[in-house]
Amino acid sequence: MPQRADAAALSYRDCVSAKIKCLRYYRQQKKRVSRDRVSLLFMGDNDMISQLTSTERQYALVILVLMSLCGLVMAAGGRGDPLGVHGFVVLAFSVGLAFVLISGFYAPQPDPEQQTQYYDDPTKVGIALTMAWAVFGMFFGVWVASLLAWPDLTFDQAWSSFGRMRPVHTTGVIFGFGGNALIATSFHVLQRTSRARLSDQLSPWFVLFGFNLFCVLAVSGYFMGITQSKEYAEPEWYADIWLVIVWIVYFAIYLRTLARRKEPHIYVANWYYMAFILVVAVLHIVNNLAVPISFGSAKSYSLFSGVQDAMTQWWYGHNAVAFFLTAGFLGMMYYYLPKHAGRPIYSYRLSIISFWGITFFYMWAGSHHLHYTALPQWVQTLGMSFSAMLLVPSWASAGNALATLNGAWHKVRDDATLRFMMVAAVFYGIATFEGSFMAMRPVNALSHYTDWTVGHVHAGTLGWNSMIVFGAFYALVPWLWKRESMYSPKLVEVHFWLALAGAVVYVFAMWNSGIIQGLMWRTYTENGVLAYSFLDSVEAMHPYYIARAFGGLLFLTGTIICSYNIWMTVRAGKALATDNDAEGDIPVFARNAVQAGE
Amino acid sequence: MEPRKRDKVTGRTTTGHIWNGIEELETPIPKVVFAFLAGTFLFAVLCWVLYPAWPFGVSYTKGLLGFDQRNVVTEQVAKAEAARIEDWGGKVEALDYAQIEADPALMQPVREEGRRLFEDNCAACHGVKATGGPGFPDLTAKAWLWGGSSETIAETIRVGINGTAEDTRSSQMLSFGKDQMLDREQILNVVAYVRSLSDLEPAAGDAARIEPGKEIFAQNCASCHDEDAKGNQELGAPNLTDETWIYGSDQQAVYTTVYNGRQGHMPSWGERLTPLQIKILALYVHTLKAPQ
Ligand code: HEC
Ligand code: HEC
Ligand code: HEM
Ligand SMILES: [Fe+2]
Repeated sequence: MPQRADAAALSYRDCVSAKIKCLRYYRQQKKRVSRDRVSLLFMGDNDMISQLTSTERQYALVILVLMSLCGLVMAAGGRGDPLGVHGFVVLAFSVGLAFVLISGFYAPQPDPEQQTQYYDDPTKVGIALTMAWAVFGMFFGVWVASLLAWPDLTFDQAWSSFGRMRPVHTTGVIFGFGGNALIATSFHVLQRTSRARLSDQLSPWFVLFGFNLFCVLAVSGYFMGITQSKEYAEPEWYADIWLVIVWIVYFAIYLRTLARRKEPHIYVANWYYMAFILVVAVLHIVNNLAVPISFGSAKSYSLFSGVQDAMTQWWYGHNAVAFFLTAGFLGMMYYYLPKHAGRPIYSYRLSIISFWGITFFYMWAGSHHLHYTALPQWVQTLGMSFSAMLLVPSWASAGNALATLNGAWHKVRDDATLRFMMVAAVFYGIATFEGSFMAMRPVNALSHYTDWTVGHVHAGTLGWNSMIVFGAFYALVPWLWKRESMYSPKLVEVHFWLALAGAVVYVFAMWNSGIIQGLMWRTYTENGVLAYSFLDSVEAMHPYYIARAFGGLLFLTGTIICSYNIWMTVRAGKALATDNDAEGDIPVFARNAVQAGE
Repeated sequence: MEPRKRDKVTGRTTTGHIWNGIEELETPIPKVVFAFLAGTFLFAVLCWVLYPAWPFGVSYTKGLLGFDQRNVVTEQVAKAEAARIEDWGGKVEALDYAQIEADPALMQPVREEGRRLFEDNCAACHGVKATGGPGFPDLTAKAWLWGGSSETIAETIRVGINGTAEDTRSSQMLSFGKDQMLDREQILNVVAYVRSLSDLEPAAGDAARIEPGKEIFAQNCASCHDEDAKGNQELGAPNLTDETWIYGSDQQAVYTTVYNGRQGHMPSWGERLTPLQIKILALYVHTLKAPQ
């Protein structure tokens, strides 16, 4: 409201000066575009560092020196233990980054004008890291899928055994692919919907590189046999502590940037992103409470034991799904889908009550992972009943997304980017319905421990998480690098069909094998004896495991094509001829700000 | 705040907020959402009333049905068990092996359950078809370490071999080479002799080793494997004159056996399987070698 009052008071002089600023910005953008084309994705090291103020460069150096020291201490204290190896990893990582930093340390100071632009370099690098992890994680997914069909594919190496490669896959895709996508898009969405530049230049890099160091420690640890044996929380204590530090800085960026926002209200996407950051911190800290056997060892023991341990783990596991794989990605959807479709959100109220519904109901439902176990039955009943109610806000979110597309269905038909987002919303609806269904104890009696769970998970992760990331990236990459479109819209189309086919083959294969398994395990003969041995059921899975590996291969192929397409868009995409888009894409210069006479 | 606009497609007004071009409509929450929420809430309340649900203090609400998953499972298992005993299990428990084997109608469920038990518990070592593999004996062959009657097989399963049960069978093939009871030449000689007993293709130079080997065998091996090398089921010492070999029959394998010794490990199943299950398994294993 105050802006409108101010706007009326705008003088002619203000308008002219704003116009001049706009023009200057326009020229600068053009310069940047051509520079980008030469320096490709990462821009030269100097370019990246020249965006940091000299104080930030000094801080960065101090942080890297401290990290190197930590690495040294770990390497020395953990001699003869895998911890020592990780010490060297930390050391190499920090020294490597320090070299990059020092090479540009005395580059010219950043143009003060940069404060009038959004800060997208971390998002750009984040996109590259996302795609690298996607290919890595999905490659290991295809490998472990193949192992289940052809068990000899380990080549008799310890590191390539199923037990070690499975978490490499899950961490690679959930944290490497999903986490980087969340970080990259959250920085972009946060700035655009707040009309404010990120709070500073250093902390986004700290979060991005710090998070990737965590992922590297996690994955390299599994290969060496380091694990806490908690699903999705396998990394050991030192990596967990590091992630807490990174996460606090991440949340601080959010709060500080929101505090600078030029919009009166906080857009719903930011609520989701913030819930994701905040709750994941809580989950991570509680579930990883543990005592290391010594400070020179990677091994630790959990503070919890027995059924308390199981309950804590699945409170964590279930809510990791809720806040990492759902809330964060809903944030992504709430920005890129309406933006790309050019449609208003169907219902503001629906988006708000679904947010609170999801946040509230999810917290109670974790015990549906422990039906028919030593967990007292009353906890199971609560998990089951809250899982039923959870379906309401879940479907409300999916419905809100699909109804937003009303008036844009012709675009969905013609534009694979939007189709990715539409299909993501549909799969989100399917996966949540299925989840609530499986949370019913009688259904769970059939589905638990079978491939049905795996099919459910992948309806979520392939159909929902991956598709929304791909859709968001295909929209975002041309915006960020100021390209007319993706390098090859045709390849986007090819990717869409590969991804959809891969996900459908995967999910159907696992539904089949899961239900067959579940039935085989409970079938009795007339004589009252079990009709099938476990081996019989393993044998019956073989064709489905082959089908699943094939579906995964299709999906991986699509991901590789996507990476290529993004790479070529950055390298050789056609630069935007008119700058009308970019004109609005700056923090203080958007319409309102000019009116407000910033 | 922007002025509210009317969206042409839906006919709804916007809220007046714009974020980077994104607007929101003032669509009220569809009634179906409330209906759906009410429905699931009713379902939840029903669950809470009928089943154990809400904690209070050190206890919890027990639910009207008095339902407890532990009792339910225990009852179901007991009932199924009783039905099985009544049907055919009781007979298997009561009758002796010969009587059961003579009754084809009774052997049918025994075979069914025996195959399932065998694949779930034994196949990992002995193979799905019980034909064994290097280090694990073939249970379909005519040769037995400890004896092939159903009773003896049952006993072997119950106590295991070099297992954890107190009365486990123990078997030890000494490590003649490592423990320096025999030197390399002597071992090569006795290996040549042993291999000749089952007419195996002799290795180069074996012809001259057989006679001295026979002498060494008589002095070192006969105490366990017997004078004629036909083995001793009291000690689990295998027959060395037949075609079945647990650890392989080429010169290298037999040399390794005599040099390093062998000590196969078969778990004691008495603590893990019921007497009835062990009886069924013994009957099942016994059927495997019967010519069909
Ligand atoms: C851990 C591997 C392992 C498992 C599991 C196992 N066995 Fe064995 N079993 C062996 C080995 C090894 C031997 C031979 C021991 C020796 O060489 O002295 C053996 C020997 C036997 C024998 C004696 C054969 C003879 O010639 O006298 C019988 C009978 C037998 N097993 C039955 C079973 C049954 C029935 C089961 C399932 C309940 C079973 N085994 C499970 C390893 C195993
Ligand atoms: C203390 C008793 C004992 C003595 C003495 C003994 N053995 Fe054995 N031998 C055994 C037992 C018991 C086994 C079965 C080991 C097993 O399966 O784990 C065996 C196994 C073998 C096997 C392996 C058979 C196969 O199927 O692979 C060979 C060959 C053998 N003995 C040769 C000899 C020779 C040659 C000597 C003398 C140098 C000898 N044994 C002395 C007890 C003995
Ligand atoms: C209404 C929402 C949902 C509910 C009520 C729900 C419920 C469930 C249930 C009952 C299981 C099976 C537990 C078992 O028997 O082992 C499960 C597993 C799982 N779900 Fe969901 N789900 C929901 C949405 C999702 C979504 C959207 C995703 C992915 C983005 C997802 C990812 C997973 C994962 C990773 C597991 C595997 C856990 C394991 O490894 O055992 N879920 N979920
Ligand atoms: Fe869950």
